[in-house]
Amino acid sequence: MNARRVSALVIKELKRTIREPANLFMVIVFPLLLTIAFGASFGAIGGAETRYSVAVINQDTGAMGAAFTGALAHIEVLSIQNYTDPATAQSDLQQGRLKAVLTIPADFTDSLQSYTQSPATPSKWHNTTLSLSIDEGSMVASAAIPPIIQQVISAVTQPINKVGTPITIGAPTLVEAQAISQFAYMVPGLFSYAAVFLIMMVAQALTTEREQGILRRISVTPTTVGDIFAGHIVSNLILGAAQVTLVFAASYLMGFRPLGGATGVAIAFAAVLTLTVTSVGLGLITAAFARNSGAATGISFVFILPLMFLGTFVPAPEYISRLVPTWYVTDTLTSIFLRGAPITSATIINDLLTVAGASTLIIIVGILAFRRFGRD
Amino acid sequence: MHSIELQDLTKRFEDKTAVDRLTLKINEGELFGLLGPNGAGKTVTIKTLCGILKPTSGAATVNGFDATKDADKVREIIGLCPQEPAYYSYLTGRENIEIFGTFHGVPTKQLRERTTQLIEAVGLGDDADRRTGKYSGGMVRRVSLAMALIHDPAVAFLDEPTVAMDPQSRHATWDIIRDLKKRGKTVVLTSHYIEEVEALADRVGVIDNGKLIALGTPTELKQRHGAASLEDVFITLTGRKIREES
Repeated sequence: MNARRVSALVIKELKRTIREPANLFMVIVFPLLLTIAFGASFGAIGGAETRYSVAVINQDTGAMGAAFTGALAHIEVLSIQNYTDPATAQSDLQQGRLKAVLTIPADFTDSLQSYTQSPATPSKWHNTTLSLSIDEGSMVASAAIPPIIQQVISAVTQPINKVGTPITIGAPTLVEAQAISQFAYMVPGLFSYAAVFLIMMVAQALTTEREQGILRRISVTPTTVGDIFAGHIVSNLILGAAQVTLVFAASYLMGFRPLGGATGVAIAFAAVLTLTVTSVGLGLITAAFARNSGAATGISFVFILPLMFLGTFVPAPEYISRLVPTWYVTDTLTSIFLRGAPITSATIINDLLTVAGASTLIIIVGILAFRRFGRD
Repeated sequence: MHSIELQDLTKRFEDKTAVDRLTLKINEGELFGLLGPNGAGKTVTIKTLCGILKPTSGAATVNGFDATKDADKVREIIGLCPQEPAYYSYLTGRENIEIFGTFHGVPTKQLRERTTQLIEAVGLGDDADRRTGKYSGGMVRRVSLAMALIHDPAVAFLDEPTVAMDPQSRHATWDIIRDLKKRGKTVVLTSHYIEEVEALADRVGVIDNGKLIALGTPTELKQRHGAASLEDVFITLTGRKIREES
């Protein structure tokens, strides 16, 4: 392998990425737009936390209705809007201005008092029902709001529950207190998401060069196949690093604040760059069997789709997700950025070793496949 | 001394024999014209000499190196201008020439000087710094020729280098080829412009159906066949039937 030739091939590949608009879009612009779009869609613009607007119609004139409303107002992820007219609240819910409408019934205080007086005699309780209407159009709201309200009810009723239990929830609102937006859960997957598209870039580059006779022409020079593969690996590592930097910067601007510090960021870079090697290997495999660049685009999605849908931020059964390398990278980044796990934790080390092993295997298979089937 | 030697060279592709027991010797410093109709076996012969194709049987050597066994050595001393120009369309003409110089291991300083000389020689001028994707067919051919010669090879294979060139470009290309000859390089030139080969080549070999059917200087061939031009000799030898590449 000759360093000067490899360097020339790397520079050539970087020029291709910059000078061909489709490549520039896929490698640089697409991950950036994706991060911004997801940030905007999942409540991260300007670093704002996800907050759900909840209308409260307090029909109770007693003290407990007011206490309950006050407790709800202290929940950071809820933006409590006081309504008096149920019809107006329902209308705003239907028009998407609200995520939920909570009606505190007129007998709310009476109900709680009956419970206070006879906590062990349910037959003496005055039963009542809180009415909660949820925006069914919001998957996140419909999943998140009911348990939060249930927690507040428990917190409000516990002081008057004289029987009580020896078990209490120490920090019943831990998750929401950290105010992690839905976007933050997606960011680790976004890094992997960007890297998998390099499969298509590598496959297209090689098939195009083969179609145009460039690979054959290079074969008449002292340049070796090893130089060509090294050129693709190094250039894509550089592009991968650029992608990680862009996704990281964009997500930070969108409000994502990762845990883990500088060391965590360095490990994250290493994990994604290792995944980049996987992408190059899969690109080589694609190019080995694709007749032309058009076919390469199609075949590359055989790899891109599972890596994208099973291993990034799209929910999938873990036993299936564990079959793809992207899952391990996303898990590493989640552990570092969201869980604040130390980089020496067994989970992170196991994930990184798995990705490194998979990348080594895939790049070897890719090189062998391209040498065997991909050349003229 | 012979620069190129083909001994009973045969190349078969499944049901077709592209080169059939071809024996030929080309002298060092000779400008050799290889003529033949479409599909005669010219390009396959050149590809075999360049190590792109492995012969089915027989031997091919370049400056004493076996084209198959010593392919690494052969690659260091040859330059190939292929029939279909192969270049990076997103690089400029200058960048294409330079990167192939790097592939051939030309030292950086020498590479810059030689690139500038070749850009002038092939008449690219200011267009050298435009992307080749925007070049005309003739300009691409000229860049392709420069890419083949950037490392000043001892042996140059020029496979139809003047196709799609205007007369000015063709004359510039002829000057480059004559310069190669003057500097003692061995040149194997194929072309369908037979008058071009007649004007440039020291000797000419005509192949058809993979076999060598005539060999000699243009003058010898014309005298041998009582023809006024090399093109008449060619038609006499290969007939008027139109051939297609297969």
